[in-house]
Amino acid sequence: MENKKIIVRGYKDEFYPPIPTRGTKFWRGCFIYQIYKFFVLNYKIMMMVVKGHS
Amino acid sequence: MSKVVVLGAGISGHTAAAFLKKKLGKKHEVVVVSPNSYYQWVPSNIWVGIGQMTIDQVRFKLDKVYKKWKIDYKQAKAISINPEGDANSKRPFVSIEYVVGEKQGQIEKVDYDYLVNATGPKLNFEATPGLGPDQHTVSVCSYDHAAHAWEKLQEALQKMEQGEHQTFLIGTGHRMATCQGAAFEYALNVAFEVKKRKLEHLADIVWITNEYELGDFGMGGAFVKRGGYITPTRVFAESILAEYGIRWIKKAGVYKVEEKLAHYETLAGEYKTQKFDFAMLIPGFAGAGIKAFDAKGEDITSVLFKPNGFMTVDADYTAKPFEEWKASDWPETYENPTYKNIFAAGIAFAPPHSISKPMETANGNPMFPAPPRTGMPSGVIGKVIALNIVDKIKKGATTYKHRASMGRMSAACIVSAGYGIRHGQAATMTVSPVVQDWEKYPDWGRDINATVGEVGLAGHWIKLFLHYMFMHKAKGYPFWWLLPE
Repeated sequence: MENKKIIVRGYKDEFYPPIPTRGTKFWRGCFIYQIYKFFVLNYKIMMMVVKGHS
Repeated sequence: MSKVVVLGAGISGHTAAAFLKKKLGKKHEVVVVSPNSYYQWVPSNIWVGIGQMTIDQVRFKLDKVYKKWKIDYKQAKAISINPEGDANSKRPFVSIEYVVGEKQGQIEKVDYDYLVNATGPKLNFEATPGLGPDQHTVSVCSYDHAAHAWEKLQEALQKMEQGEHQTFLIGTGHRMATCQGAAFEYALNVAFEVKKRKLEHLADIVWITNEYELGDFGMGGAFVKRGGYITPTRVFAESILAEYGIRWIKKAGVYKVEEKLAHYETLAGEYKTQKFDFAMLIPGFAGAGIKAFDAKGEDITSVLFKPNGFMTVDADYTAKPFEEWKASDWPETYENPTYKNIFAAGIAFAPPHSISKPMETANGNPMFPAPPRTGMPSGVIGKVIALNIVDKIKKGATTYKHRASMGRMSAACIVSAGYGIRHGQAATMTVSPVVQDWEKYPDWGRDINATVGEVGLAGHWIKLFLHYMFMHKAKGYPFWWLLPE
């Protein structure tokens, strides 16, 4: 029987942060959704910049 | 006729010069002194460093633009400032040394009515023995460094393609280095390129940082609304590093680098080492090293500059404990308090203190990020200084209408995490204000409703869009003045 290396996902810093699910990764790359996000983020950034200095 | 001299043609200086000339017109003179013949859009150097952009996509020649704008451009470096003139004349001047051409080495006195010091950072590789492209590590701080980094990265990738394991060490190269964001971005892009080539099994990518916690970025960290929670940027940063298979060493100050070996001190006072095959470590920053003299020739450098070489401005420099720091400590007009016709823009101004909490190792060495003031704040400060000088010249203004405190200014940080119109990624983060204001925002230090923390393809498109937009603006193409900083 082949010995498969078992990795315990714990006890190291890099194992504790949240990792995106397949669904989250899908929406991150979904073209149509990201086009919408492009305009929303641009608007938020623009508003922030315009208010940024007197 | 008034004469305004701008030292430096980076984001801050170039923005200041552009608005000065646009508003002042032909009647007044604007002079730019810069040793570099190119303007560079620094945020895109990362892409040069991973071979996705060429040097010429992130830079252009300054002389053509300044000729079009009728700005007098001198390719020289500033050596000293005489804010009171000298024995021959009471008129203030800056001494410059030409760096190229027939005049190379010649010193010239350039008089001024107003002076804008936008000299940016000196990349202080010397502060960490063994650091830098001439020695054992690469850098992405300038386009030529970034191009060199890409050459070295290609070598490492080729070794992996031949089956050889490689360790990539990316992060900060000094106990008090800043620009963690740029290094972070580079780490993510290297991981992306490794994965694209299906070489993850041969790569160990390590993020090393002087931050107390990941996600500090020299801003003391931040909180963002994500997925129904108010999340610290520590979690945001750790999450993305873990997703990209990058492990990290935090609270670590690199103090020496040898061939394939970085030496670092931890906050706990331990001295450790990390082996590497490829290392990109950001150096500490210092001021440009300009001296200052009074009319008698006495050295008054300490009147204009702090010991680190950054220029004193209208900040509250009173030494006080971290718990007593306020957003109002930060400057608004960037005017030197002694010489009211001298201003410092962008990285050139001396901050009152860091934004992150100052820490000291168990051995007594300070270890915390210096405050970042690159990118958006730099451009805004340059513009505000220009507008205030214009008001002084044209209207005789005695108070400043335009102000830009980092304690009120917002900033967007877009960290590219992979290049590609279809498959690229970026982490977009906004903070408002840049410097925490715990009096105004007692819960989170910043306006939680103005914070954004997102990862996706849209962020990458935005970063690309901003690249082309800011290059358009910097080149003085049509309607450049309408584009925000």
